[in-house]
Amino acid sequence: MAFESFGEFLQMGGYGFYVWLSFFLSFLVIAGVALDAALGRRRLQRQSQTLQRRKRRLAKRQQSPVKESTR
Amino acid sequence: MWRWLHPYAKPEATYRLVDKLLPWFAAFTVVSLAVGMIWGLAYAPADYQQGDSYRIIYIHVPSAIFSMAAYFAMAVMGAIALIWQIKTAEWAIPAIAPVGAAMTVVALLTGAIWGKPMWGTWWVWDARLTSELILLFLYVGVMALYYAFDDVRTGAKAASILAIVGVVNLPIIHYSVEWWNTLHQGATITKFERPSIATSMLWPLLVSLLGFKLLTISLVMMRFKNELLRHELHRPWAQKELSADKELSDGV
Repeated sequence: MAFESFGEFLQMGGYGFYVWLSFFLSFLVIAGVALDAALGRRRLQRQSQTLQRRKRRLAKRQQSPVKESTR
Repeated sequence: MWRWLHPYAKPEATYRLVDKLLPWFAAFTVVSLAVGMIWGLAYAPADYQQGDSYRIIYIHVPSAIFSMAAYFAMAVMGAIALIWQIKTAEWAIPAIAPVGAAMTVVALLTGAIWGKPMWGTWWVWDARLTSELILLFLYVGVMALYYAFDDVRTGAKAASILAIVGVVNLPIIHYSVEWWNTLHQGATITKFERPSIATSMLWPLLVSLLGFKLLTISLVMMRFKNELLRHELHRPWAQKELSADKELSDGV
């Protein structure tokens, strides 16, 4: 261990602000990329569901064209 | 070898492979990053000149190295896309570019924050800093070009060409600290010489490098999986794969 106490660890020999700021910002940027990828998958999921619903609707319409036209 | 490699031009086979590998890469990313960061922050000794501020090196150097490595990988994908017209290689470009750009941003940010206490300034227009900033612009340019065309494949071709041309910037970044008289310090680790850093500081740096390498690969894999699904959304395998994620399908 390079530090005597937790307080000293946080102070980083007087450079605490710079060290922790750089670690914090780096974490933020990287977490943002990971989150974007995870949300991207959810967006695709939604798109896929819309696509499948539309396909089902079209199939139904072809089965009973009369009922559909009276609506 | 080609016979073995060829099925991976098929998106579904590629997806299955990436899907199988990703959990392992992610797990090892978490472990190696945790070990590297804790070792570097708490256990490595303070520098005799820079004190504890030097601990920024444990993110600065790895992110800078993999910002360049990711760019090279992207350019290789661009070359494969142009020469062999392999679609999966085209889709790798938008998977890699944002991750590489993020690494570049991290390298620039941590560099600036390290520069303030050591050099007395956040930024100088010095060869190393400027060429790394150009790398960021290249990433942004590749992404912009990729999405700038109505026809996705035309965009991929244009982006590939820019990616390949931009490779010329990589040796400029690497040798900038030797070619020009810069404020930036020289290389800490080189392939051919003994590292200019004490062993007690070097080991946590090597672990962090491994961590960032795995992190970069994992993030690219996550994005690449999305790209594969996006382009194959009308195919049954992709729909099946997406409907297997339960959490959302109940809500809608």
